[in-house]
Amino acid sequence: MNALEHVRDVKFEFKRMGLGKEKIIEKLLLISALASILIVFFIIAFMLKESIPALALGWDFLFGMRWQPSHNQFGILPIVVTTFVVGLGALVIAAGIGIPTAIYLAEFSPAWLRNVIKPSVEMLVGIPSVVLGFFGLMVLVVFIRDSFGGYGECILAGWIILAIMTLPHVISISEDSIRAVPVSYREASLALGATQLETIRRVVLPNARSGILASLILGMGNAVGETMAVLMVIGNPEIPWIPHSVLEPVRVLTSTIVLEYSYVVWGSMHQHALFAIGVVLFVIVSILNLVTTVAVKGRFGITTVIKGVWKQ
Amino acid sequence: MEAMKAKVGERVIKACMCVIALISVAVLLTVVGYIFFYGMHAISPGFLLKSPDYTALDRGGILPQIIGSLCLLGVCLLFAVPLGIASGIYLAEYATENVITKSVRFFVECLAGIPSIVIGLFGLIFLVYYLGFGPSLLSGGLALGFMILPWTVRASEEAIKAVPDSYREASLALGASKWQTVRGVVLKSAYPGIITGILLGAGKAIGEAAVILLTTGGLVTYLPHSLLDDVGALPVYIYMVLTVVPASRAVAESYAFGASLVLISIFMLISVFAMSLRNRYVRRMSVIRG
Amino acid sequence: MGKVETRGLNVYYRGGRVHALKGVSIKIEANKITALIGPSGCGKTTFLRAINRLNELNGARTEGEVLIDGKDIYNGNIDVNLLRRRVGMVFQQPNPFPMSIYDNVAYGPRIHGIRNNKLSGIVEDSLKRAALWDEVKDRLDSSALMLSGGQQQRLCIARALAVNPEIILFDEPCSALDPISTARIEDLLRELKEDYTIVIVTHNMQQAARVSDFTAFFLMGELIEFGETTRIFERPKDKRTEDYITGRFG
Repeated sequence: MNALEHVRDVKFEFKRMGLGKEKIIEKLLLISALASILIVFFIIAFMLKESIPALALGWDFLFGMRWQPSHNQFGILPIVVTTFVVGLGALVIAAGIGIPTAIYLAEFSPAWLRNVIKPSVEMLVGIPSVVLGFFGLMVLVVFIRDSFGGYGECILAGWIILAIMTLPHVISISEDSIRAVPVSYREASLALGATQLETIRRVVLPNARSGILASLILGMGNAVGETMAVLMVIGNPEIPWIPHSVLEPVRVLTSTIVLEYSYVVWGSMHQHALFAIGVVLFVIVSILNLVTTVAVKGRFGITTVIKGVWKQ
Repeated sequence: MEAMKAKVGERVIKACMCVIALISVAVLLTVVGYIFFYGMHAISPGFLLKSPDYTALDRGGILPQIIGSLCLLGVCLLFAVPLGIASGIYLAEYATENVITKSVRFFVECLAGIPSIVIGLFGLIFLVYYLGFGPSLLSGGLALGFMILPWTVRASEEAIKAVPDSYREASLALGASKWQTVRGVVLKSAYPGIITGILLGAGKAIGEAAVILLTTGGLVTYLPHSLLDDVGALPVYIYMVLTVVPASRAVAESYAFGASLVLISIFMLISVFAMSLRNRYVRRMSVIRG
Repeated sequence: MGKVETRGLNVYYRGGRVHALKGVSIKIEANKITALIGPSGCGKTTFLRAINRLNELNGARTEGEVLIDGKDIYNGNIDVNLLRRRVGMVFQQPNPFPMSIYDNVAYGPRIHGIRNNKLSGIVEDSLKRAALWDEVKDRLDSSALMLSGGQQQRLCIARALAVNPEIILFDEPCSALDPISTARIEDLLRELKEDYTIVIVTHNMQQAARVSDFTAFFLMGELIEFGETTRIFERPKDKRTEDYITGRFG
C-alpha cells in the first residue's frame, strides 16, 4: 500500500468556519480601525467645549498683551510670540547641525561611521524629555548663568534643549529625501566634470529641497508642542512678556498649561483659558503638520519614522 | 593649481561636515554619561525599594514610581496594542482603498501629531472628570494609550504589508479562509515587526511626563492596588522633586539623578530589545526575498 | 466527461480593461498531466488560477463556466475554501511559510480541523509522497527557509498534498530551480499523476514534451490548439503552434 492510499484513508472531518464568523471578525476589525477617528473627534469636541468661553473673548484672548489670571486678564499674545521665538530659534540650530549631518550621512559617510551616528540619533529621540530638561537645568542653565549672567533659565537654554529634541527628526527625514534623489542625476552631473560638492549643491540639494523643508516644519511642530524639557529650562516668569533678549526668562504655551492647571479653579475662566491654550497649540501644530504633508506629497511624521525603521 | 585648491576646499568642507555629524553622538554620550555618572551615586537598595518620604526626601526611595511607571505602561499597552493590531490588520488586509481607509489613515496621522500636553488635557477633562476615573492608573494608562495608538496602528499595518503576497496565496490555495490566513500565516510572519513598533511606542510612553502629570495625582507614596488607585511615575517624580517638594537642593538633585538613571535604563532596555528584534526581522525578510 | 471542463471562459482584469482569457473551452482528463504552454502574457497562468478561483484575489471578473466533476465552481453556492482544498496549487517561486517544516505541511490539515494525533501521519505520508521525507525526517522542527530551493518546492508540493486534493495546479514550478532539482520534480509529477489530475504551466517546451500527456497552446488569451502532447509536438495543426514550438517566436 503506497503512502498516498494511507493519506486517502484518513477521514477528513471538515470543520468549516461559518461565513458569519468571518463577517463578524471583519466588522470587529473595522470598528477597531474607526477607534482612532473617534478618539480624535472626542479630543476636538471636549477641548472645544471646555475652551469656548475663553475663545469667545476673541481679540482679548488671542491678541491680548497681558496674561494675569488673578486679575482676570487672559491675553496670550506674549506667550504665543515667545513660543514661536523659542521654536524658530531651536529650528535654526537644529537645521544648522541637522542638514550638514544628513548630507554627510547620505553622501560621504563610511558605513561604519553611519552605523555609529544613525543609532545615536535614534536613541536621542527617545531620551525622556523630562530627563533632557533636567540635564538642561543642571548643565546648560548653570553654564549660561556663569558665562552670561542673568538667571540662566532663558530663551537660549530653551533653544538648545529643543534643538537637541528636534535634531533627530531633521536628520532622518532630510537624509531620506537626499537619498531619494536618483543616482542618475548625480552621475550626470559628475560626468560633466562637476565635483562631488558642486553636484550636491546644484543637483542633489535642489531636488531634496521639499523633503528637507518638510523635516524643518515638522521639527517646528515638535518643538512647539514639546512640554517638559522646555518647561524646566526657560524660567517661566509669573507674568509673561515679549522678550527683548535671549537671556530673559520666558513662558511658552505648553509650560503655561502645566504650571497653572494644578491650582486652577474648576469652571472658572482661567480653566477655560488653559484649555483654549491647548486648542491654540493643537491648531498651530496641526497647521504645521498639514503644511508638511502638502510640501511633500505623501505622508510624513510617524509613517516616515516607522518606514525608516525597516530601512537601516 | 585651481583644481588643487578646490580639492583642498572639498576636503575641509567634508571634514567640517563630519565633525558636525558627530555632534549628535556627542550630545547623546554627554547626556547619558552625565546621568549615569551622577545617578550611580544616588542608587542604593533603599532608594530602589523604599517609598518616597516627601517631608524628608533622603529617607525615602522610588519604588512606587518604578512600579507605577511599569503599571501605567501595562495599562497603556493593554489598550493600544490590541486596538492597534486590529486596526493594522483591517487597513492592510481587509480594507479596499476608499474613503474609510483614507480617513482612518488621516486621523491616525492627526492623532500622532497632537502634542502630548493636549492629550493630557483631554485625559484630564474626559477620563478624570467626565468619566469619573479620577486621577488614577486607569486615566493615566488610557491617556498614554491614546498617545501611542498611532504607533501601534501604523507599525502593525506596515509590518503586515511587508509580508509577501505569496504566503497569502499559498494559504488561500490550501483552502484557508481569509481570517485563518491572517491569523495562521500573516501575523506569524509579521509579529517581530509589530512588536518592534509596539516597543517604539512603549519607549515613548515610559518617558512621557506631561500626559501622566495631568491625569494622575503626582506625589504618591504607595503602590496602586486597583485601576482606580492613584499612581506614581518616574518622569513625574523627577519633575516634582525638582519643583514642588520642599527639600534641600542637593538632595533633590541627587534623587532626580537616581530616578533619571532608572528611567533611562528602562528605556534603553526597551530600545535594545526593539533593535535586536528589528535586526532579526530585517535579516529574515531579506532571506525570504532572496 | 473530463475532470475539469471550461466552457467559454472569459477573464477580465482591471475593471474590464484587460481581457486576459477569451472564450476558452477545454476538457482536462483525470489522472493525466496537462501542460499549458505559450509566450508570457498569453493567459496560461490566468487559466490555471481560474480553476481554483485564485484570480479573484486580484479583482478579476470571470465569465463562462468552469466545471469540476460536472459542477460549475463559479455559480451556485460553492464554498470557495472547500473548492481550494480539492484543487491544490504549487507556485512559481517556492513559498514555504516561515515556520518549521512540520508546521508547513501540517498547516493545511490543521485549518481543516484535523487534530494532532492524526497530523504526524499525514505529515509523514505527504513528505514521503513528495520525495522529501528522507532528507528532512531528522529535522522536522527546523525552519523551512533553511532548505534549498528544490527542497522548498518539494515541501510546497507536500504541503499541497497534505489536504488530500484531487487536482493539483503547478504554475511554472521549476522556473526558479536548477536542472537537477527540476528533474526530481518532473519524476515526482509522473508519479503523482497516478492519483491526481495535474495541470502544469510551463514555458519550457522540452518540459512539456517530457512530462505531459496533453498540451494546450495559448496565445493572446486564446486557446489556439489542444491535444495529445505527442500529436501537438509532431503534427501541430495550427501554423502559430508550429511557429511557437519550433522556436520561431516567443
